[in-house]
Amino acid sequence: MSTRIFGSGIKRREDPRLITGEARYTDDIKLPGVLHMAVVRSPYAHANIVSIDSSAAQAMEGVVAVYTSEDIGDGLAGLPTAWLIPDSDLKTPEHPALAKGKVRYVGDGVAIVLADDRYRAQDAADAVVVEYEELPAVIDPEEAAGEGAPLIHDDVEGNIAFRWVMGDREASDAVFDAADVVVSERILQQRLLPTAMEPRSAMAQYNAATEELTLWCTSQNPHIHRFIISAVTGLNENKVRVIAPEVGGGFGSKIPCYPDEALVSWAAIKLGLPVKWTETRSENYLITIHGRDHVQHVEMAAGNDGALLGVRATVYAGMGGYLSTAAPGIPTILHGLLYVGPYTMGSVFCESIGVMTNGTPTDAYRGAGRPEATFLLERMVDNVARAIDMDPAELRRKNLIPAFEDGHEVATTLVYDSGDYPVAFEKALDMAGYGDFREQQAAARAESRYLGIGVTAYTEMCGLGPSQVAGAVGFQGGLWESATVRVTPTGKVQALIGASPHGQGSETTLAQIIADELGFPVDDIEVIHGDTTETPMGWGTYGSRTTPVTGAALAQASRKLKDKARVLAAHLMEANVDDIEYADGSFSVKGSPDQAQSIQDVALMAHLAWNMPEGMDPGFEESQFYDPPNFVYPFGTHIAIVEVDAETGVIDLQRYIAVDDCGPQINPEIVAGQIHGGVVQGIAQALCEGVIYDENGQLLTGTMQDYCMPKADMFPNFELGETVTPSPHHPVGVKGVGETGTIASTPTVYNAVLDALAPLGVQQIDMPLTSAKVWSAIQDARS
Amino acid sequence: MQVAITVNGVLHERDVDPRTLLVHFLREELDLTGTKIGCDTSQCGACTVHLDGKVLKSCTLLAVQADGAEITTIEGLAENGQHHPMQTAFWENHGLQCGYCTPGMIMASAAFVRDNPGASEGEIRHYLEGNICRCTGYHNIVKAVKQVADAAAGS
Repeated sequence: MSTRIFGSGIKRREDPRLITGEARYTDDIKLPGVLHMAVVRSPYAHANIVSIDSSAAQAMEGVVAVYTSEDIGDGLAGLPTAWLIPDSDLKTPEHPALAKGKVRYVGDGVAIVLADDRYRAQDAADAVVVEYEELPAVIDPEEAAGEGAPLIHDDVEGNIAFRWVMGDREASDAVFDAADVVVSERILQQRLLPTAMEPRSAMAQYNAATEELTLWCTSQNPHIHRFIISAVTGLNENKVRVIAPEVGGGFGSKIPCYPDEALVSWAAIKLGLPVKWTETRSENYLITIHGRDHVQHVEMAAGNDGALLGVRATVYAGMGGYLSTAAPGIPTILHGLLYVGPYTMGSVFCESIGVMTNGTPTDAYRGAGRPEATFLLERMVDNVARAIDMDPAELRRKNLIPAFEDGHEVATTLVYDSGDYPVAFEKALDMAGYGDFREQQAAARAESRYLGIGVTAYTEMCGLGPSQVAGAVGFQGGLWESATVRVTPTGKVQALIGASPHGQGSETTLAQIIADELGFPVDDIEVIHGDTTETPMGWGTYGSRTTPVTGAALAQASRKLKDKARVLAAHLMEANVDDIEYADGSFSVKGSPDQAQSIQDVALMAHLAWNMPEGMDPGFEESQFYDPPNFVYPFGTHIAIVEVDAETGVIDLQRYIAVDDCGPQINPEIVAGQIHGGVVQGIAQALCEGVIYDENGQLLTGTMQDYCMPKADMFPNFELGETVTPSPHHPVGVKGVGETGTIASTPTVYNAVLDALAPLGVQQIDMPLTSAKVWSAIQDARS
Repeated sequence: MQVAITVNGVLHERDVDPRTLLVHFLREELDLTGTKIGCDTSQCGACTVHLDGKVLKSCTLLAVQADGAEITTIEGLAENGQHHPMQTAFWENHGLQCGYCTPGMIMASAAFVRDNPGASEGEIRHYLEGNICRCTGYHNIVKAVKQVADAAAGS
């Protein structure tokens, strides 16, 4: 038997076009006669628009048109919010593509300019004169929900867009009142900039004769974009074609449908010419969604013996100036439901308040709600450890849910699919040499060197998800995926998928699933995605769902093909179907190994249809819709070791150990890459990334010069380990791994730094832990 | 203004708006879209090319300043249809995910290793400060560059 392709870290099938510059991203695509769109954006966080004078701009060379909200009129409906959390008194304020009378964050669009050249469009945008009446602005979500805060939308009283409650307050009170120990902390989950390396871009072309609109855009979910663009333009959905060509990362920021995509579509229809818009990085930082932005008041109850009894939090989640596409679901469903983590904790309560502010709209950013939950949980576990003077690893060990193979219901009502948390936990501790480290740490402290270790045990919910659950929690869509496996007469495979990968290596991973199921060489399998006209319906690539959900659809479609092939092979070899044996892409008759039909032979005969069994249709192609019966729950333990220089506050991240269990790994190299990247994003939240606004709502971290992007020299080589616990409900047992790194690493590094600082009396520092803040905290603790 | 710029061995004579950035000249005028734009403050390095053999962020130069120069972009890095060793190393080591930073990353790394064969991991990490990747966490990029640096030192 040859080496199994499933589980092999083969080179990626995407890479030849990417390493040579041949890949075509949206902005790389050119259409003759294209107009460039530039957007006049508000320089104020909150202001009334008094007047707009575009006469000078209109007169400039190359300018074709300037439009405001008034010109658009009812030509574009407002952008919808597509996650309507039930039982939360949700308000969905209007989100016009261009501001109507009032701007609500710096960057809010006021007018668009169409010109024959990128530079000229921007020049003309700069020449549009807008008079504003500035209003007081509010950025902090807790402040925005408070008395006397400026009202951002007239129809959102007190700026409160929703109030979502999970659990029973009285039951929680009973647990907390009776507990030996209650620890509490106010945690700031700072705003982050997703910063996909490819800025967002959109280009639209309209054919008036056929009434067809084609939109090329940087999308993680072209079918959702089609749905929304159809809704806002009024075009029939079958007349809208959305193409996500090569997409350069997303991390959630390319899920939403933004005003810009609607505006290029409207302008292309209006002018009958193709229209393109590509944001600059500074524009990206102003207008593309931000992540996180929680103010959390958290408590955890425990026994003196170290039993974790309950956790609860009041969360003020900043929504920004408008409610982005999926925004309400992030600090609620994707957050509160994670409060148990991997622990045997019986009581949970969360009140999450979505608050309109004058910041950029927030939405899903890698991990989306789950990092914010895991951080508060792991932070509080360390606080309990300190309060009862127990080693934090020992405290976690005492509370881990024991191994389970097929379902474990926890206090948040989730049913975890499978897990063996203790095994991953002990493996990580072994890799780190935890016991020895504590001795080294003590010795170092005696020399006034401050070493620290942070340990995070986690599980998370991904592979979104059962559509019935999606409906129950107000998600305005399904969460299944569909796929077609199409085999050509010469035995080559086209796999068409509705999901839309944008850097995850899914063209390789998914090809490996098909190759494993059917025996085709992986190089004979093309995975086709990103074009709503060419591919079957799908809900997109986010929530670590493409491998679990699309992968399952492909595995099942492949199995249907295999069943057909077996019957046809038996017929061709004049054998009984029950006597057919399959191995490595070949069907043979039991006892006569010389008689065989390869999968390619069968595919050809199915296409020719010269000699089919009675009742069998010709062709060799199968489709599958797959709606997952449950989420998948990857898990693991991460450990960081740091040294903090007490004189400068500089943190040296010395080691990072990640043991993750995402079930059987289809391509271990790709899994490792997902973990590396996720871990760095999470560590960067702990150590350096963070949006800063001034008191007027001006973005001070508006360029890469001002916002701390993680660089290569901030990190050691990562030490990865794995355990393998298959998901019981999944056709090939796999779980998602795209977000685990981001979910686990922030508290790991944060707790490591606070562990290092413990002897200096520092107990809390708001993220990010910059050297200046660490230094100040040390000074404060000393004085 | 008239410019004559040799790109990937081909001389291009064009009349350009004096304010045109070299990166826009390459992408818009010559349709060499392999060179990317990831920021507007010269931090990200996605637009890295070679100008007369030296590493250059092509957003930091006007096209007119490159008059008479020889430029190599990612499209011109392979020779005789063979990937440059840095391209091969990125592929073999999974040194890329979304691929957007990759052309700049490869151009920067190729010149670095040419000038610094045998560079250490620390030197590589320090050097790569001028190129930002959001996907890989740098781990496999560093591994790829180190592989080429080690091979260069051995030859």
